Amino acid sequence: MSKKLLLLAATAAMGMSTATAYADTLDDVVAKGYIDCGVTEGVAGFSFPDENNNWTGLEVDYCRALAAAIFDDPDAARYTPLTSTARFESLSNGNVDVLSRTTTWTMSRDTDLGISFVGTMFYDGQGFIVREADGITSALELDGAAMCIESGTTTELNAADYFAANNITVDTVVFVTRDEVTQAYLDGRCDAYTTDSSAIAAERTLFPDPGAHIILPEIISKEPLGPVVRAGDTRWFNVARWTYFALLNAEELGVTQANVDDMLGSDNPEIMRLLGVEGDFGGPIGLTADWAYRIIKHVGNYGELYERHVGENTPLNIPRGLNALWTDGGIQYAPPIR
Amino acid sequence: MTDNSAQLRGAPQRHDDTRTQPKTSILNDPRFRGFAYQAMLLAALVALVWWLASNAAANLAAQNKATGFGFLGQPAGFNISFTLIPFERAASYLQVYFVGITNTLLVASIGVVLATVIGFVVGIARLSSNFLIRKFATVYIEILRNVPLLLQLLFWYYLLLNALPNVRQSYTFPGGFVLNQRGFSMPAAVFDDRSWIVGLVLLASVILALLWRRHTLKRTVETGNRRPVWLPMAAIVLVPTLAALLLSGTQITFNVPELQGFNYRGGFTAPPELTALIVGLVMYTAAFIAEIVRAGILSVSHGQTEAAASLGLQEGDRLRLVIIPQAMRVIVPPLTSQYLNLTKNSSLGAAIGFPELVSVFVGTALNQSGRAIEIIGLTMLVYLTFSLTTSLFMNWYNARVALVER
Ligand SMILES: N[C@@H](CCC(=O)N[C@@H](CS)C(=O)NCC(=O)O)C(=O)O
Repeated sequence: MSKKLLLLAATAAMGMSTATAYADTLDDVVAKGYIDCGVTEGVAGFSFPDENNNWTGLEVDYCRALAAAIFDDPDAARYTPLTSTARFESLSNGNVDVLSRTTTWTMSRDTDLGISFVGTMFYDGQGFIVREADGITSALELDGAAMCIESGTTTELNAADYFAANNITVDTVVFVTRDEVTQAYLDGRCDAYTTDSSAIAAERTLFPDPGAHIILPEIISKEPLGPVVRAGDTRWFNVARWTYFALLNAEELGVTQANVDDMLGSDNPEIMRLLGVEGDFGGPIGLTADWAYRIIKHVGNYGELYERHVGENTPLNIPRGLNALWTDGGIQYAPPIR
Repeated sequence: MTDNSAQLRGAPQRHDDTRTQPKTSILNDPRFRGFAYQAMLLAALVALVWWLASNAAANLAAQNKATGFGFLGQPAGFNISFTLIPFERAASYLQVYFVGITNTLLVASIGVVLATVIGFVVGIARLSSNFLIRKFATVYIEILRNVPLLLQLLFWYYLLLNALPNVRQSYTFPGGFVLNQRGFSMPAAVFDDRSWIVGLVLLASVILALLWRRHTLKRTVETGNRRPVWLPMAAIVLVPTLAALLLSGTQITFNVPELQGFNYRGGFTAPPELTALIVGLVMYTAAFIAEIVRAGILSVSHGQTEAAASLGLQEGDRLRLVIIPQAMRVIVPPLTSQYLNLTKNSSLGAAIGFPELVSVFVGTALNQSGRAIEIIGLTMLVYLTFSLTTSLFMNWYNARVALVER
């Protein structure tokens, strides 16, 4: 008995001296051979398990791009579905290496939670969906309505701001998982369902009768959605950020999954630097010189990702809008590789 | 035998000698060893807690996370659908905490009362001589006890949503009661500023009535003459209260729910989340309480009933004066844990969108503020306080009903 206690005390004492050292995420990822990627529980077009139970979507392709840059293998990624309430704890505790999950970049999240936003994969804004039969055409007519919302989101805060500013009282019913929110809305608990407008478009495709619901014209907030990593790990942050920039630069330079091999012979210095033909830009971030070539070869450029998952030929049918490149009137813009 | 006892008789002397001069080492003294073990255990425990706390602090610092309780004063920025105390989006996180606590208390107190009533009824029904009633009680208990509570809550919630009509087709009842998918709305009494007089009189007369009841019961025991209890009690409460109401000129008006736009407004509305949570918790807990009650009643031997009958006590008095007091000794301790379970289980309300403590504070507030350890700590403190208070009260009650040995 006393021996056991002594042992316990000794273990505790030893434990005290081992200060927790935060490892380098890139080293960890390389050592385990894959990246852990936190995604949604299923938002069509963004991160959604397909009929073969493979994760697919814009945000999943970002993780695939990351895996391609590091391992030359887009499948070297594992996915963890996370609720809105669980996502930040999961990232900061190291359960996932990157969070690529309809997450809005806000100041307090960026500075207060020990996490860093990599960039804006998708410029979004908060919208509303209502039943067409209710006959309303504007969010300003929602006085007295019940509204279903997912817990722990910017959605909750924006709705409170917007309705207070417009002197409208609504009854917000808050659920933890996406399923519960949509189920409650469809079962008639709420008159409206509000979240990022892209997610609304995605959800509507899954409704039993999509035509019976309309999306209101108001967009009440800025929702820059992007990948997130733990704060304080500069190397991993750079890998994550430049993977996103590589996707944008590739589109801007016209390098696609189909022509990337031909482009290896291009004499445009910008393309040569992007594909690692001239100079080694991968080395300083811990990758190989052809890191961006791998991304484009395996996954494609930003425009291809967009059209594949959320663009006009998909059920979501979201126009490029703000998400067009700056050269096409949008605000997607990446610093040059040089 | 006689030889032996002679030897033994001589023994004490020698024994006394050794006792005055202990020869054994202090290490073999059981009392000392006892203290030493306790001290070591305590030291190990303190070390463990200290290690965990300092590790957590170091990790949080390494994760670049802000810590501390300062956030409690910051505005929360979100709305809560059901609150007993005033709340709006600019209210602080501390107020969110209070909203959560009051909502949890509401569910727990209603739940405990209803579960007790239903539990006692079902428990007694399970011992009924009527086959149908007995079997019905058995089936109720077996089903409810063996299905996970979370599933039951979801069942009640989606049942309510699907069984109740939408707002336009609401069921309306005379007196301004409305039932629909958005909840059960009822008129709310609005008291004017003289109502406190009536409240005070009501409180005083209730106390008076209780004192009177005690006195009468004592007299009944002393004299053996049965006196009416309930009717006079009702009179003691109602007469002065009504008089106060009329004499003070207090106006009580009713705020009646009315259809306006999307929903009925005004009055008080119990949302379906609250109803489903209370129904689920009550039905589930009552099944356990029923078994406890049955065990308690069965623990009182049948001879007691017969003895009471032979003293000429009526059926009701036999139960009230002989059987129940003895059964309560067996019932109260496990009943206490059921009350604690119900209170803690109310945290499952988060799953069906009811804003109880875990839902608003650990769910929303934690996520918006990022203060995980602080918020979880504060939340555990609340459940701990609830549990300890309930235990204290039940222990006091148990001591009262415990068998007094004379
Ligand atoms: N962009 C907002 C909302 C994000 C969010 O959680 N949106 C919901 C909309 S349904 C979602 O993606 N849920 C998916 C899930 O919980 O798996 C935020 O970052 O707070």
